[in-house]
Amino acid sequence: MSSVLVDTTVNGDPVQFACPTEEVLMDSLRDRVGLTGVKEGCGTGDCGACSITLDGQLVCSCLVLGIEANGRKIGTVEGMAEGNALHPLQEQFIEHAALQCGICTPGFLVAAKALLDDNASPSEEEIRFALAGNLCRCTGYDKIVRAVQAAAKQMRKKK
Amino acid sequence: MRYEAPTTTKEAVMLLAKEKGEAAVLAGGTDLLVRMKMGMSEPDLIVDIKQIPAMNALKYSATGTKIGAAVSGAMLAKNKAIKKAWPGVVEATNLIGSDQVQGRCTMVGNLCNASPAADGVPAMIAAGAKAVVVGKTKRRTVAVENIATGPGQTSLAKGEVIEAITLPKRPRNSGDAYLRFTPRTEMDIAVVSAGVNLTLVRGVVKTARVCLGAVAPTAVLVPDAAKAIIGTKLDADALANLAAACSSACNPIDDKRGTIEYRTKVAGVLGRRAAEIAFKRAGGA
Amino acid sequence: MAHDTSFTNQDFKVVGTRVNRPDGVDKVTGRAKYGADLSAPGQLVGLFLRSPHAHARITKIDTSRAEKLSGVKAIITSADLPDLTGGRQIDVLENCMARDRALYDGHAVAAVAAIDQQTAKKALKLIKVSYEILPHVTDVDEAMKTSAPVIKDNIFTSGVDPKPKKPSNVSKVSEFGHGDIEAGFKAADVIIEKSYKTEQTHQGYIEPHACLATVGPDGAGELWVTTQGHYTYRTVCAALLGMDIAKLKVTSSEIGGGFGGKTHVWVEPIALALSRKANRPVKVVMTRDEVFRATGPTCSTSMDIKIGAKKDGTITAASSVLRYQNGAFPATWAMLGAMTSWACYDLKNVHSIGYDVLCNRPKTAAYRAPSAPMAAFGVESTMDLVAAEIGMNPVDFRIKNAAKEGTRASYGPTYGPIGIGPTLEAAKNHPHMRAKLGKNQGRGMACGFWFNFGGQTCTDLNIGSDGTVNLAIGTVDVGGARASMSLIAAEELGIPYEQVKAHVADTSSLGHNDTTEGSRGTFSSGMATIFAARDAIEELRKRAAKMWGIPLEAVEWAEGEARAVGSEHGNLPALSLADIAKRAASTGGPIAGHNEVVADGAGVSFASHICDIEVDPETGGTKVIRYTVIQDAGKAIHPDYVEGQFQGGAAQGIGWALNEEYIYGDDGRLQNSGFLDYRIPVCSDLPFIDTKILEIPNPNHPYGVRGVGETSIVPPLAAIGNALSNAAGVRMDHVPMSPPRILKAIEEANG
Repeated sequence: MSSVLVDTTVNGDPVQFACPTEEVLMDSLRDRVGLTGVKEGCGTGDCGACSITLDGQLVCSCLVLGIEANGRKIGTVEGMAEGNALHPLQEQFIEHAALQCGICTPGFLVAAKALLDDNASPSEEEIRFALAGNLCRCTGYDKIVRAVQAAAKQMRKKK
Repeated sequence: MRYEAPTTTKEAVMLLAKEKGEAAVLAGGTDLLVRMKMGMSEPDLIVDIKQIPAMNALKYSATGTKIGAAVSGAMLAKNKAIKKAWPGVVEATNLIGSDQVQGRCTMVGNLCNASPAADGVPAMIAAGAKAVVVGKTKRRTVAVENIATGPGQTSLAKGEVIEAITLPKRPRNSGDAYLRFTPRTEMDIAVVSAGVNLTLVRGVVKTARVCLGAVAPTAVLVPDAAKAIIGTKLDADALANLAAACSSACNPIDDKRGTIEYRTKVAGVLGRRAAEIAFKRAGGA
Repeated sequence: MAHDTSFTNQDFKVVGTRVNRPDGVDKVTGRAKYGADLSAPGQLVGLFLRSPHAHARITKIDTSRAEKLSGVKAIITSADLPDLTGGRQIDVLENCMARDRALYDGHAVAAVAAIDQQTAKKALKLIKVSYEILPHVTDVDEAMKTSAPVIKDNIFTSGVDPKPKKPSNVSKVSEFGHGDIEAGFKAADVIIEKSYKTEQTHQGYIEPHACLATVGPDGAGELWVTTQGHYTYRTVCAALLGMDIAKLKVTSSEIGGGFGGKTHVWVEPIALALSRKANRPVKVVMTRDEVFRATGPTCSTSMDIKIGAKKDGTITAASSVLRYQNGAFPATWAMLGAMTSWACYDLKNVHSIGYDVLCNRPKTAAYRAPSAPMAAFGVESTMDLVAAEIGMNPVDFRIKNAAKEGTRASYGPTYGPIGIGPTLEAAKNHPHMRAKLGKNQGRGMACGFWFNFGGQTCTDLNIGSDGTVNLAIGTVDVGGARASMSLIAAEELGIPYEQVKAHVADTSSLGHNDTTEGSRGTFSSGMATIFAARDAIEELRKRAAKMWGIPLEAVEWAEGEARAVGSEHGNLPALSLADIAKRAASTGGPIAGHNEVVADGAGVSFASHICDIEVDPETGGTKVIRYTVIQDAGKAIHPDYVEGQFQGGAAQGIGWALNEEYIYGDDGRLQNSGFLDYRIPVCSDLPFIDTKILEIPNPNHPYGVRGVGETSIVPPLAAIGNALSNAAGVRMDHVPMSPPRILKAIEEANG
């Protein structure tokens, strides 16, 4: 088994880990770096529970090799809060009861943040299509969409 | 498993050519990593092409358009000029998977994975796209419809890699469109799809190409469907003939995503609808 | 201490408010720990080898080469798993690990524990299994034929007289009903008879099963696991492994969805067995493919429904014949289907019969109101057909025949106050019914019913020295229970919600709690919490009396404080809970309340749904335009979470109605064991789901609570079927009503 040393930045902090070449980033983040906020729902890019940002681009971490993280910047749900101030999306998810079991929540938060960072006033349809890559089985998506709308409004006010 | 990230096409080709074991090209990885997870692929060597500048080319020009093999769907979507000239080609690639998948997947990866239902392919073929194939000793240009030879199979020889896709010069009053049928609004593999590209002269269809996906082992160019609308303003008869030609050209299978009967019928419907959209985009009325 | 469980119709201060859930911050920051999120030093990776055949005799398993592989620490086959339960749990054991036969594609035949994933994978490849392939059957109707391969030669149909001599795939026949069915049909002006089929679906929780198992040479062990019932898992695992219950500590992780699929053990006993053999912790995480192939989907069914009615809309007779496929192990799902078929209606003559059938598919498990959605599809679709035949509005037709207080239910008991009539009236008057419909759009509605359950429940309430309260509950929190229980404790004690912190205790810390299923969580743990709080209040009163030096009778508890009452002591300043707690050490020690109860008197929950759907007549493609859920909750402890249950159940029902199904090939193998081709709804597939909570109190719960978690999955199949009928003029009889099926129906209707 050949392991490669990876030098990367996760949520703004320098991180180093060693992983086999065939390991996917989702497993590296969970098992080597200990960030279990990244969830495996399917391992094949169909559910979005493992969503992260890679140099600011929203991706499924199960579809990226761990070694590809070398020299790149990774963003996970654990990096969304600023100190002990929750991100507006995190606040609104709690406020709107947009989570029940919560397993899909980290992935949704990362994906929703990527959406709002790109489009500050998305329509309902735009929100739904942007989040189509994140499966939820508990909520029927209703309160999730409302939470994203509320967060967008809150973020626009801040600006 | 070994991993290499060459910085020139030549390097990539040499690595692939001399590999004795199983070598795989890594662009977005949205097919390769899935195959690896499911135990269907265990490469001895992965050649990551994302560091190769020639494969990151993304340029529209009046004489032609170049889209490098490492260009992701997300990057392609941001190129306004290409989107304006070739909305069908771009929307097709942008339909692959989710936003997360779009952050990684590539047109060329989609093409080389050679699924009969590949979303990016019918619109590329309808557009007359060509693949720049680079081998150890030569470069050749291959029409995209000659790349896939069957499910999961391509005409590329060992040691050959596609460096980029080129789209031809775009005449005025041209339009293209891609439609697919999926049971859900997103995240599905196309059950059946159609790409139509056409150019109008004085409001009349002068040239056209119609290509179907997911109705045969590879995407199917349907010359009879194109003939049905050339010389017309897309009247009801012309569209009906196009739809019939599309259905006739189908050679689909029954599988977990659709039946022969269904694919054959809906191919005609989508061919017709895609033609109508392309016509409108070309300025037709 | 005996407690009065009757509904008291009180005004609430905090119950019914929309507070933030206590586990919210952990879940939005990624801190919450689920089944796969815990690791232990020295842990091994556990992987399973699974049968690629639908039905095969296992003639030999050779693990010798795998055992020699460096890094492999334990291998388990059925040879390591003698039945220690005297046959009582042999089905559970056999499903966890095949014995002499592999009974379905994906059935576990061996398991390994190794130092890492790569080694474990290599080890699996080195295990040689010799199979003798047997004929298989995967369709419920095919499995009932005498020509079908008999899956278990020790199953003789029960519920049949005289007892059969030959084994059968029909494990049980159940019948319910009353009156004279034949006379009833004779008296009908209109009779509609129709057959329906529904395909197999899976609960589709996003979190795969996962556990971390540790067993030592002293026979003590620990299991960290995602489950709906950690006590149940403890009981079952201890029995299968011959461990003492008290020595197996099971901790439930946060659960990433269950819906009934995490009420049975799948990999857990084997993980424990591996750990015991290797004497190291073993972590097992199922892949998505394994979840679909080898956990517990719900049944595929076929059924015949017959309704007779008079021209004035009175139903004179109703009968259902249901055939439910249970997978390779007998269960009683058809029985439940037979019980629920006609539960919404007041019927003089009614009959339902259910056949539970074995076939070569995974062992079925409960899926949210198990068995009810399928029967409701047939019944509610036929109701619309009858209404149309008579020329009566489908809602009015249902109102006319709706069950009410005093109705003898088709499955036996007499109803108390119930919500079916109110939900129908609310549906009739809902603005949804007046929304304009566009081209190719149609509207449909349907009703649904589910029982709720009570069961064994324990709760502990401990008051800290600063007056804040720890609440330990034993029912796993699947939808917000910690918030609801905190609201209830706060209500009883008269303190702010924020002063209570609820958590789900491990099995070593509380007595047995039944699994969170049957919509019993809020009902049962709520009841136990109420009584634990009242228990604590008794103790608080005693302490106040002691602190004041007055008799206990002169102390009452109100609004979070002890008050001295009466002319003699009434002028003493009140003592808050915090005041009393601060002095606990000198008044008798820590103050707590406790309750064990078999919660009884669970209510039943009814719903009416309305759906608008648009159909593309050229492709059979569908789009849900509008959806409304109206359901009786008895008392909504936390309205946000009740709405969430309504919306979630409806979404699952919509997916079931339109797209979800297990697809088997002729080889008996599952073809779509992933989220790509097992198509659950995505965000862009659904509109906002409107909800209306009705509250018809359950007279057998102090707050009137009824369970709400399950009923909402029951109406959607028929609501969509009825909407499709009105949108495209086709009556669908095969679920899922996928585009190819719809298009075919449209083309056949057009001739």
